[in-house]
Amino acid sequence: MDLKALVFSFFNLEIAWEYLPDILKGMVVTVELGIVVAVTGLFFGMLLAVLRALQLKPVNFFIICFADIMRALPPLVVIMMLFFAFPYIQVSMSAFTATWIALSLVLAAFVEEICWAGIVSVPKGQSEAARSTGLNWLQSMLYVVLPQAVRLTVAPLTNRVIAITKSTALGSVVGLSEVLSNSQSAMSNSGNATPLMMGAIGCLIIFIPVVILGRWTETRFRWKQ
Amino acid sequence: MQSPILKITGLHKSFGDNEVLKGIDLSVNKGQLLFMIGPSGSGKSTLLRCCNRLEEPSAGTILVDGEDLTAPAADLNRIRQNIGMVFQHFNLYRHMSVLDNVSLALRKVQKLSKDQANERGLDALKRVGLLDKAKAFPDQLSGGQQQRVGIARSLALRPKVVLFDEPTSALDPELVGDVLKVMRELKDDGMTMVVVSHEMGFARAAADHVVFMDAGLIVEQGTPQQIFGAPTQPRTQAFLARMSEHSA
Repeated sequence: MDLKALVFSFFNLEIAWEYLPDILKGMVVTVELGIVVAVTGLFFGMLLAVLRALQLKPVNFFIICFADIMRALPPLVVIMMLFFAFPYIQVSMSAFTATWIALSLVLAAFVEEICWAGIVSVPKGQSEAARSTGLNWLQSMLYVVLPQAVRLTVAPLTNRVIAITKSTALGSVVGLSEVLSNSQSAMSNSGNATPLMMGAIGCLIIFIPVVILGRWTETRFRWKQ
Repeated sequence: MQSPILKITGLHKSFGDNEVLKGIDLSVNKGQLLFMIGPSGSGKSTLLRCCNRLEEPSAGTILVDGEDLTAPAADLNRIRQNIGMVFQHFNLYRHMSVLDNVSLALRKVQKLSKDQANERGLDALKRVGLLDKAKAFPDQLSGGQQQRVGIARSLALRPKVVLFDEPTSALDPELVGDVLKVMRELKDDGMTMVVVSHEMGFARAAADHVVFMDAGLIVEQGTPQQIFGAPTQPRTQAFLARMSEHSA
C-alpha cells in the first residue's frame, strides 16, 4: 500500500490550489445550467401534462410523440444535433444554450409522463365533486386534481431532475466548460488526478442539497392522517 | 300549482350502443323528497348524474327552477351552484381540511372573502353536526363523518335541490344512521331532495314520492304507501320481494 503515492496523485494540495478557480468556474456553470434546465423542463413538462388532460386528440397525439421520442433519444445526440446541425439551417447557438434546450426537452418529456401518471391516478370522483360545486375545468385542475397529483410525483420528479442536471456534463462534447469538463482538462494539463477528485467533491456539493430538498418535499407532501 | 324545482322531460342517455335511459319524465316540487329505487344498472345513478350534467344527456331537457340546464348556452358552472350533489364515495378533497372542502367553491366560484366563506362553511358544518371537525382532514374522519362533510359541502352553496347518489351504500352499517338522520333533518328544514338509495326504511319514513326504475324507464311511481304497500307492476313487486329477502 503506497499511501504517499495515492495522496500525491489524487489529493495533491498544490495542484488543487492551482486549479481551484477553474473548478469553481465550472461549478457555477453547472449550477446555472442545472437550474435553468430544471425550471424549463419542469414548467413545460407540467404544461404538456395539463394540456394532455384536456383530451384533445390531435394535441395528445403530438404530446405523446414528443414524449416518446425525447425519452428514447440519447440526450447526447440531441445536444449535438442542436449545436452542430442547426447552424446549417441558420440557427446557431452557444454550447450553453444548446445543452440547456436539449436537456430541457428531454426533462420535459419525462416530467410530462410522470405528471400525466399523477393526474390519472387521482380518482375521477375528485374532479366530478369539484365540477358539481361549479368550479370550472381549470379551477378543478388547479385546486383539486394537481395538488393531489403532485404528491405522487414528487419522488420520481426529484430523481429525474437530479439525473438530468447530472447530465449537464454532456455539454462537454460541445465545449461547455462545466465542472466535470473543467476537471478533466485540468487533469490532462496537470497529469494528476486531483482535479477529478475536486470535480467529484464539487458535484457532491451541488447535488446533495438537491437530494435533501427532494426528501424534504416528500415528507412535506405526505397526507395528514 | 307551483312550478317544479326540477323538471325532466324526455331524457335519453346512451353510452355507445347501450341505451341506459329510454325517455324519462319526472318533476320534483319544492320541499319534496323524491326517492328512487330499482335494480343496479337500471339507470338511477345515470339519471341523477345527468341532472347536473356530469353525464351529458343524449336527448331531452332538464329544467332547474325554470332554467334549462341542457341548453347549449347554459352557464353550467352557475346553474350547478343550485344543484348540490352527494356522492357514494364522498369524494372529499384529501389534501384540504374539512372547512376548506366545504368553502372551496364559495371562495373560488361565488368569490366570497375568506372570512365570509369560512363563516358559511362553518354554518353548513354545524347543520351536519361536525362543527368540531372543521380543522380535521378527511382521512381522520369515519366514513359517516366524511359523508356528512360531503353533504355540508353541497349545502354551503345554498342549493335549490340536493341529489344523493347512494349516500350510505359505502358505509359500515352502524354509520348509516348518522347520515340518514342528517338527511331527515334537511328534509324537515324544507330542502328539496332526490335520493337514490336502497334504504327502504328511510324511504318509508321520509320520502314524499317513490319512483321505481328498471331498464332505463320509470316503471311505477307513487307515495311510499302505494309503492311499498301495494305495488301494481310485477317488476316492482319482484324487486321489493328480493329486497325484503335480503333485509330479513
